[in-house]
Amino acid sequence: MYIEQILTSFIASAAFGMIFNAPKQSLIQCGFAGMVGWMLYIWLQDIGVLRVAATVVAAYCVTLISSIFAKKYRKPIIVFSVSGIIPLVPGGLAYDAMRNAVENQYDQAVQSGAAAFMMSGAIALGLLLSEVTNQIIRKIMISKAS
Amino acid sequence: MEDSLQKEREIMKVCLLAGQIMLQSGAETYRVEDTMMRIASSYGIDHTHSYMTPTGIIFSLEDPQPMTRLSRITERTTNLYKIDRVNTLSRQISRGELSIAEAYRELKEIERTQAIYPLWLNVLMAAVASGCFLIMFRGTWLDFVPAMLAGGIGYYCSVLLHRLVPVKFFAEFSGALMIGLCAVLFVKYGFGQARDIIIISSVMPLVPGLLITNAIRDLMAGHLVSGLSKGAEAFITSFAIGAGIAFMLSIQ
Repeated sequence: MYIEQILTSFIASAAFGMIFNAPKQSLIQCGFAGMVGWMLYIWLQDIGVLRVAATVVAAYCVTLISSIFAKKYRKPIIVFSVSGIIPLVPGGLAYDAMRNAVENQYDQAVQSGAAAFMMSGAIALGLLLSEVTNQIIRKIMISKAS
Repeated sequence: MEDSLQKEREIMKVCLLAGQIMLQSGAETYRVEDTMMRIASSYGIDHTHSYMTPTGIIFSLEDPQPMTRLSRITERTTNLYKIDRVNTLSRQISRGELSIAEAYRELKEIERTQAIYPLWLNVLMAAVASGCFLIMFRGTWLDFVPAMLAGGIGYYCSVLLHRLVPVKFFAEFSGALMIGLCAVLFVKYGFGQARDIIIISSVMPLVPGLLITNAIRDLMAGHLVSGLSKGAEAFITSFAIGAGIAFMLSIQ
């Protein structure tokens, strides 16, 4: 069960790297970032964590891993983070909202739409927390060096 | 005096071209600003100001002579390779390894390079990603090939139409329309099982993931105008995709 998830999330994220023209030598890292994010997301959900909270943690980890890769391989962080975040984007919920709206079930549509909005907010929160962590680490490093 | 003015013009050209390439390739606004500022300061101009939106850059040098230029950005795609190249170039410049003329030549070359992967590979990757997303969204392996086909066809269709008609909204709408059509037909003739999950996973290559993350990053970095307009672009794209699918579902 988890094996196929690991495999497919790795391939999907690396494939997204290729669609976005990521440099050849960073495709493996793109796949890795996406894989870790997705595995965290589904594992947290399996042990009963709410979807929004799972998204925050997953987005946080993807960005953190991306920033480590960015430093190590001297590439812009965006190269790694984009393909890792893509699986977390609430495409399914947005689709549900749209379909329900077309079928005139507006109450359902509003529910899915609000859920999709919350998920995007969760991604944003994950990114924000990761950025803050990054800055704190940098400040500590600088104050230690001086 | 004339000499320094000439030099300033050249520096301006290099900075603006670097910024333009990055912004067209989908870099975050703060990175573009930072890169332009760094290039200018490594060529000896320390006081610079930039104002950036997804549709244009205003860049201004203060000394020795105040000079401001505007550069219009009409087309935005996602090309991480170009962002990486310009980033490497700006590092080289700050280490003092490149003269102004060399840097300009290099940038022109980066601007000319097209996608590093051929179109067929991109379409294949979109197909593979769609298939993988189906498994990730807990679909059955029976639907793997239908999702691959729908995703590949939809992506190819949107790329092709975008070359014919320069209206992004329309290209994405038609891509989604094709995906909806494929999914409905596959399920109708027993080739696929779960229509909804096939559609969700094959739509993923069209979803504006980069725009969404960039919009959030820009907003958090205080680039409110850029963040809001990128968010609006992401919303329009999602709406185009949703409208295409919805259209197909409503007429089936």
